[in-house]
Amino acid sequence: MSEPIRLNPPLTDEEVMKLRAGDQVLITGTLYTGRDAAHKRLVDLLDSGEPLPVDLAGQIIYFVGPTPSRPGQSIGSAGPTTSYRMDAYSPRLIERGLKGMIGKGSRSKEVVDSMIEHKAVYMAAVGGAAALISRKITSCEIVAYEDLGPEAIRKLEVTDFPAIVVNDCQGNDLYEQGIEEYRIA
Amino acid sequence: MREIESGEITEAVRKMSIEAAYKLGHDVMEAFEKNLKTETSPTGREVLKQLVENARIAEEGLFPMCQDTGFAVIFVELGQDVHVTGGDLNQAIHEGVRQGYSEGFLRKSVCDPFTRENTCDNTPAIIHINIVPGDRIKLTLAGKGGGSENMSRVMMLKPSDGKEGIIDYVVQRVSESGPNPCPPTIIGVGIGGTFEKAALLAKEALLRTLGEPSTDPELAAMEEEILERINRLGIGPGGLGGKTTSMAVHVKLHPCHIASLPVAVNINCHAHRHKDILL
Repeated sequence: MSEPIRLNPPLTDEEVMKLRAGDQVLITGTLYTGRDAAHKRLVDLLDSGEPLPVDLAGQIIYFVGPTPSRPGQSIGSAGPTTSYRMDAYSPRLIERGLKGMIGKGSRSKEVVDSMIEHKAVYMAAVGGAAALISRKITSCEIVAYEDLGPEAIRKLEVTDFPAIVVNDCQGNDLYEQGIEEYRIA
Repeated sequence: MREIESGEITEAVRKMSIEAAYKLGHDVMEAFEKNLKTETSPTGREVLKQLVENARIAEEGLFPMCQDTGFAVIFVELGQDVHVTGGDLNQAIHEGVRQGYSEGFLRKSVCDPFTRENTCDNTPAIIHINIVPGDRIKLTLAGKGGGSENMSRVMMLKPSDGKEGIIDYVVQRVSESGPNPCPPTIIGVGIGGTFEKAALLAKEALLRTLGEPSTDPELAAMEEEILERINRLGIGPGGLGGKTTSMAVHVKLHPCHIASLPVAVNINCHAHRHKDILL
């Protein structure tokens, strides 16, 4: 495997356009968390023309609902959740400048088309490697929707957070490529 | 008649809730190691290594192995010669889940289906009670994750679909689930019974020690055939391509109606969390 690509959000269109499906990346800087309920609230705000509680331009959303942190921990276990549940909402956020998403599992054609049109990228973290991933998160602060508990929007600071590019903005899909390579007819 | 204090049941459920989230069974660890030897995809091998490392970190007791610490599903084998004293059996179980998920710093993942409002203590648990001979209570807890549960299905096949139809359906279900249920997965299959019985059989099939074949030779052969076909799909660890899509297929069977052939596929992720206690 080639050397991982280092990303420091906020990302520019140029950085996103260089990424290709299968690239290993290490992210250092800020990630915002969001799952089903938070996405719904964000899109409801957009529908009613109200401002979002966080500026997502250039940012990456990590689809995660962590376990509660113990005293002295910045966060509990924090692995990716399945991404297709956010498919109904992601294109609206991509239109608003969201540049990256991290989760697990396949995305819809609408999301893929939106990523191609607006230059965004979808990455996967290893599903279920939640304890391992937590070690890469150095701080965590709730920035919106505290009432949603594990689903609240958190601002994470991460160091060398590992992910792999699944959908690049050229329309490539690592899941399809991987299955193609290892399928036995 | 033997008496068992309801507080003992609460304590057992509390303990199992926490242990399930932090300590992956030997059977699953052995399956990771076994598949590491046969997996040919470099990315697939890397994912398996990360899962071994992840389980070791979780075992230290500070970080649950997965952030989705699951819906608590409790199977009770209640001896008919047992008298539960000091409170309601169901409430004792819910209280154990409440205590375990709070004290273990586990995620509360149960909510109202419409408002999506979280119940904030991971209750109610899902409880299946079976009355059996004897004066013991066996409690089994499964911490069932949502991602793999979402990929599970019940299908009412036609009798003419036969065994081949069942096998095709299970393989198709795993194929369509792709990377979503966190492969490498464990596949519980319930065949026969009624609509709801098939689903319960599939969940019970998941409780068997990983990789232990069915005691029925015909079902054991079927399990092997389904697993082989699943692992030709190429989905692989993390869904990133490879040979290890599932680590085991467990099948349970029950007689069905002359008009029916129900089949249920209950998919479990590699965070295959089961604990049991005999009281």
